[in-house]
Amino acid sequence: MNSTKIHLSKLDLHYGKQHILKNIESEIPEKKITVILGPSGCGKTSLLRCMNRLTDLHPDAHLSGKILIDGTDILSSNEDITNIRKMMGLLAQRPYPLPMNIFNNVAYGLRISGRKKKKYLHHRVEHYLKLVNLWDEVKDRLHDPAVALSIGQQQRLCLARGLAVDPQIILADEPTSALDPQSSQAIEEKFMELKEAYTIVIVTHILRQAKRIADYVIFMYMGEVIEQGPVNEFFENPKQEKTKEYLKGMFY
Amino acid sequence: MKAKKIEEKFFRVLMFLSTMFICMVLFLILFSILRSGLPYLSWEMISSVPSGGYYFGKEGGILNAIIGTLYLSLGSTLLAFVTGLPVALMMNVHLASMPRFVNSIRLILDLLWGIPSIVYGAFGFTIMIYLGIRASLLAGIITVTLFVLPIMIRAMDEALKTVPKGLLEAALSLGSTRSEISYRVFFKQCIPGMITAVLLSFGRAAGDVASVLFTTGFTDHIPTSLNQPAATLPLTIFFQLSSPIEEVRQRAFAAAVVLVIIILFISILTRVLSRKYHKNRINF
Ligand SMILES: Nc1ncnc2c1ncn2[C@@H]1O[C@H](COP(=O)(O)OP(=O)(O)OP(=O)(O)O)[C@@H](O)[C@H]1O
Ligand SMILES: [Mg+2]
Repeated sequence: MNSTKIHLSKLDLHYGKQHILKNIESEIPEKKITVILGPSGCGKTSLLRCMNRLTDLHPDAHLSGKILIDGTDILSSNEDITNIRKMMGLLAQRPYPLPMNIFNNVAYGLRISGRKKKKYLHHRVEHYLKLVNLWDEVKDRLHDPAVALSIGQQQRLCLARGLAVDPQIILADEPTSALDPQSSQAIEEKFMELKEAYTIVIVTHILRQAKRIADYVIFMYMGEVIEQGPVNEFFENPKQEKTKEYLKGMFY
Repeated sequence: MKAKKIEEKFFRVLMFLSTMFICMVLFLILFSILRSGLPYLSWEMISSVPSGGYYFGKEGGILNAIIGTLYLSLGSTLLAFVTGLPVALMMNVHLASMPRFVNSIRLILDLLWGIPSIVYGAFGFTIMIYLGIRASLLAGIITVTLFVLPIMIRAMDEALKTVPKGLLEAALSLGSTRSEISYRVFFKQCIPGMITAVLLSFGRAAGDVASVLFTTGFTDHIPTSLNQPAATLPLTIFFQLSSPIEEVRQRAFAAAVVLVIIILFISILTRVLSRKYHKNRINF
């Protein structure tokens, strides 16, 4: 096993009185795809949001424990939260392009990092749009509003925008749930390529998809991690009763 | 089945009638203002100031009031925009994780919105006496700014409120600071709403009588500095309509027409500009 990129330790999340995540322990491997599985409402999205501290936005959220990224605890570190978030690209379930044109969507992250030279921006925007296989579709309409794109194209645009910030980690929450089979496959293949350079954490409902792309699987139920391990072991030789029951669902 | 159809029909007729009623009222107001004012709306009327005193002088026009109203509304709208925008952005971006606090700010602003403008006028007047300032354009601009500020902030706030949480989260997860999100994302997304807020405030500033009654004063001249009093269109109507002299009353009607034209122009401008800036907006 390689080195650990994200180490979750004794992580508890409360929303007001509700106990959402219960004593989560996990070591997410570097430059691999980790898939979080579990029934609806078990806390997958919440776990993902803890990792870049979007839970801060919730008025009654209380987060305790440790989230170590490369050994630094992002819950107690003095590091500016914006810098921590720059390390992670988040791909939401539904794409949210920024209210600007296609070019500026990708250039946004570069601009807020202080890189403003036109030539450089053009070069990088092209690079990232090519990386997500969107370049050919949009190269003649870079100055059209981002909303003019289809949902699948918007999802890839959001991926390009996230990558342009140069993160080390990609967090994706059901990134293919709004997409047709072809776009889904394109995104899946993209992730398989990207894991060479990035640590990827994906939430999904689709067991087949998990089996196809995962290196490491975390199975959650009612806010707890029930079982986790390398993908083959998880699917072929599950140890917990709950896991077995859940995996049976894969055949109907 | 039959009963449903009758119900449907009933409400459709009701809707039609009330729409007709509203249109008719609007038409009657416009018609009566235009009929009594339009005949007097000559070039001389809008290009000269009254001579011989606004209450008794038969000669001259309402240029003093047109210029005064423009100065006053432009000045106060600008001030209210500059001070209100950061507040509205703060409420929706920086304080996004404190909805209860933001809602109490909203409640206070709504209260301020509901206070009649005469109270703002009286407040401004009290302060002026305290500071020893006489009625002037500056005092008027400040008072009217206070009066339109809650309107401006709440109108911008209503626009910013429609920005979905997901967009805020997307921008945050790109590592943007709250100020970057405010001006690069939220403001951009809400430009049509911002334009509406500005023009709504402008309309309220241009049309209000009570807040300027004590604070701006009235004069036959065009103010050349901020510490001189200024005339306004609403006060022109108010003062001159009761004059025993026919020509003076004509000026009041002409002022009403000009005021209506300004408001109409602003409403149309709002529509045009909103449409123009709608292009990059994300629709959810
Ligand atoms: N903003 C919130 N306020 C209060 N409770 C919340 C909030 N968001 C989520 N929850 C609760 O947290 C629990 C976990 O939700 P979460 O969205 O993490 O589930 P999930 O595993 O992602 O489900 P799904 O597969 O349906 O997306 C749920 O019980 C949910 O009701
Ligand atoms: Mg979810």
